[in-house]
Amino acid sequence: MYPEYMIESIKKVEETRPRRLEKSKKYGKEVFPHMTDKERGEILSKFHPDYKAGARKEVRVGPNKGEILTTEISDLLESYSRINPKDFNLDKIDYETDVLVIGAGSAGMASALIAAKNGSNVLIATKLRLGDSNSMMAEGGIQAADQRDDSPTIHYLDVIGGGHFDNKPELVRALVSDAPESIKWLEELGVIFDKNPDGSMLVKSGGGTSRNRMHSCRDYTGAGICRVLRDEVYNLPDKIKYIEYSPVVELILDDNGQAVGAVIYHLETKQYSIIKAKSTIMSTGGFGRLHIRGFETTNHYGATADGIILGYRVGAKLLFMDSVQYHPTGAVYPEQIVGFLCTEKIRALGAQPVNVDGELFVYAMEPRDVEASAFIRECLERKNGITTPSGLCGIWLDSPLIDQISGEGTIDKNLPGMVRQFRRFDIDIRKYPMLVYPTLHYQNGGIEINDKCETNIPGLYVAGETSGGVHGRNRLMGNSQLDLIVFGKRAGLNASKRANNGVKIGKLSLEHIYDYEKEVADLDINRRKIAPILLPDYIPEHVKQKQITAEYFGTLI
Amino acid sequence: MTENRMMVRVQIMGESYEVPEGSTIIMAMEYAGYQLKRGIGCREGFCGACATLYREKNDYKIKGGLACQTVVTDGMVIAQIPFVPAEKPVYNITELTPDIDTIKAIFPTVFRCVACNTCTKACPQDMEVMDYIQALKRGNIERAADLSFDCIRCGLCALRCPAEIVQYHAGTLARRLYGRYLAKKSPEIEERIKEVKEGAYDGEFEELESMSREKLSEKYYSREIKLK
Repeated sequence: MYPEYMIESIKKVEETRPRRLEKSKKYGKEVFPHMTDKERGEILSKFHPDYKAGARKEVRVGPNKGEILTTEISDLLESYSRINPKDFNLDKIDYETDVLVIGAGSAGMASALIAAKNGSNVLIATKLRLGDSNSMMAEGGIQAADQRDDSPTIHYLDVIGGGHFDNKPELVRALVSDAPESIKWLEELGVIFDKNPDGSMLVKSGGGTSRNRMHSCRDYTGAGICRVLRDEVYNLPDKIKYIEYSPVVELILDDNGQAVGAVIYHLETKQYSIIKAKSTIMSTGGFGRLHIRGFETTNHYGATADGIILGYRVGAKLLFMDSVQYHPTGAVYPEQIVGFLCTEKIRALGAQPVNVDGELFVYAMEPRDVEASAFIRECLERKNGITTPSGLCGIWLDSPLIDQISGEGTIDKNLPGMVRQFRRFDIDIRKYPMLVYPTLHYQNGGIEINDKCETNIPGLYVAGETSGGVHGRNRLMGNSQLDLIVFGKRAGLNASKRANNGVKIGKLSLEHIYDYEKEVADLDINRRKIAPILLPDYIPEHVKQKQITAEYFGTLI
Repeated sequence: MTENRMMVRVQIMGESYEVPEGSTIIMAMEYAGYQLKRGIGCREGFCGACATLYREKNDYKIKGGLACQTVVTDGMVIAQIPFVPAEKPVYNITELTPDIDTIKAIFPTVFRCVACNTCTKACPQDMEVMDYIQALKRGNIERAADLSFDCIRCGLCALRCPAEIVQYHAGTLARRLYGRYLAKKSPEIEERIKEVKEGAYDGEFEELESMSREKLSEKYYSREIKLK
C-alpha cells in the first residue's frame, strides 16, 4: 500500500476526478490539447533523454564509423569478440540447416514457422528458452487497420508521423499492408483476440493513432501471440529443431562475404558448436538490459543487443541507433516493480496522467517519446511529481477513472495482468492510481533491412526489434507486435526461398573478427572489453570482490 | 539496493545468506552472488521461467511462486526450479475438432482429475486451474480457454498434481481450439485483406511514398482524428 504522504496526493487526484470524469464522458480522450509539430520538437529537445549531454557519441569502428549513436551502443560496438578464430576448425560442422533462426521471440518463431511451411529445414538457436523474449511481455496490443473507418494508408500516416518522418517508406508500407492478414494468420493458429459479441474486433486507440486499431488479448497480448507460436514450433519437431541456452557469439561468413551460419556457446556446458546454414535470420530482440542512461527497463533478462553486435561485426549497417524509446508509464512504486511496464492500454481505456495536485498536464495519447518527455518535464522542471521513499519521482496514472467511465469490471476484464501485478504488492489499481515514470522500453533502430528483411550482407536477414527502419526514431504502441509478425513472416519466406534456390556456399570463415578487432585495438581499447555480453550483471560489488576465481567474460560465465 | 537497509537471513538451496529486506527472490539470489541462467526470464511475471518453491519460518508447508514476484521473508528457505520435464503432446491444429473427443485423444490424463484443487492452490497467477480442467472434462472448450487465459506456463500446477495432468499444455490446446474454431470471425478483416491484395491502396501508397517530408508533415498534422 502507499505511504501516508502519497495518500495525501491521491486525495487531490480523487478531488479532481469527478470533474475529469465529466469531461471524459463528454469529449472522450480530447480533454487536453494535442501538441503541435513545434511543441513536439521543443519538448523532445529539452526533455527527451536522447537529447541530454552525453547521450550520444561517435562510433569509431565498423560500417557506421563516424556516425553519432547512442553512447552505450557506440561503447559496446567498440569491443572484442568472445572467441579467437584460431580455436575453431570450421571444417567440422556440428549442425547443418537450410535456415538458421537466431533468437526465439515472436519474430524468430514466426519466421521459423513460415520457412518450415515453405519447405526448409529450420534450426532455432536461442540464448534462454524458446519464447523467452520481450515479445512474451508485451501487454497492450497489436495494430492493424481492419476497421471500416480506417485504412492501411491512414495507418501509414500515423506510423510515419509518429516516427518523425524518418521511417523507411517501403518498410512502413509493408508493415501496414500485411497487418490485416497477419491478424488472420494468428487467429487461424489459435490466438484469441478480444472481440465484441458479434465477432468484430474490440479495438482501442494507442498513443499517436488517429483511429481505434489496437487489437488485444486482454493485457497479455504478447503472451497470447508468443505462446501460440511456441506451441506450434513444438508441434513441428521434424521440421523445426531448436537449441536452448545457446546464444550465438559470432556469425560465420564464407569467402564470398555471405552469412552462412554461426558459432553458438552453451551457457551451461560451456561448449561451442558450429552451425552451417544457407540463410540466417537474426531476431535477437532489443537492448533494454544495457540500462541506457541508467534507466530501469521493461525488457527481458536477455535483451542485451546481441544481434546488433553480431551483425555489425560482419559488416551489416545500422540505422537509427541514435534513438531510444522510453515508455511513458513504467512503475516507480512499489520498489520491487520499479521500471516494470504499465501498459499503454491503461490510457487507451481512459486512465489519465495527472500530477501531484491531480491536474492534467498533457494529452494522454501523444506518441511515446512526446508523452514520456512531458512526464519528465512535469517531474523535473515543474516539480509537480510525487517522490517515492527511495527517492524516485513519478506522476499518477489515474486508473480508477476507467471503471467510472466504462463501468465496474472494465479493469478486471481488460487489465488482469496489471491488477495482478499491483495486487501482489497490496495496491488495488481499481481504487488507487498507479505511480509511473518513463522506463527504457524499445530499441527504435537496428540493422537496416529492406522490405524482404534483407541486409547489406547476402544471406543475413533481420526481423523484429533487431531491425532498423520500420519505426523511424519512435515506434507507436502496437506496432512492435505487428512488426514481429509481418517481418518475421517475410524474413522466413525470403530466407527459405534463398535456401531453396540452391545458394552456393564457399569456404567458411571467421576472418572478419581479426579485421574488426584490429580496428578496435587501434583505438587502444582494453582487451577485456568484449561483446555480446549475453547477460546483465546484477551481482553487488562487495560480492564480486570475493569472486576471485570466477571468470567475468562480458558477464559471469 | 541501498546499503543502509534492514537485512533478512534466507537459505538459498540450503545455504544461508543475508539479503536486503524487501528483495524479491531473484534480487536476493543476485545479491548473494548468483548470475542465474535457468529459473529466470522476463523478471516481470509474464514468462513463467522463474517458478520457485519455498518454505517460510516456522511453517511446514512448501509453497510455490514466481521468484521475480515473491518477496523474501526472514528465515525463508528457497529452491529455484530449472526445468519442468512435462510431456507436451504433438498435434496438428488444423485437423482437430473443438470438442471433448479431441481432449480425450490428446490429453487423456485430464480425465483423471480428482478435483483436489492442488493445482489452483499452486498457481502463482491465482487462476482457477482445477475449474478449467473440470471444464475440459465436460468438453467446455470456451470456459477452459477463458479460465486458462492468463496462464504463463510456469509448470507449478503440473509439478504438484497428484493425477499427473499437465494443466498448462491442456489449457494451451483449449485456447488454440477456441481461437481457431469457436471464436466468431470478424467480417471486416476478410474484406480488408481482399482490398489490399487487389491493390485498392496502391495509388494512395505511391502518393504517400513520393511526398516530401514537408508535405507529409502537413498531411499528418492536419489528419482527421476519429477515436470512438
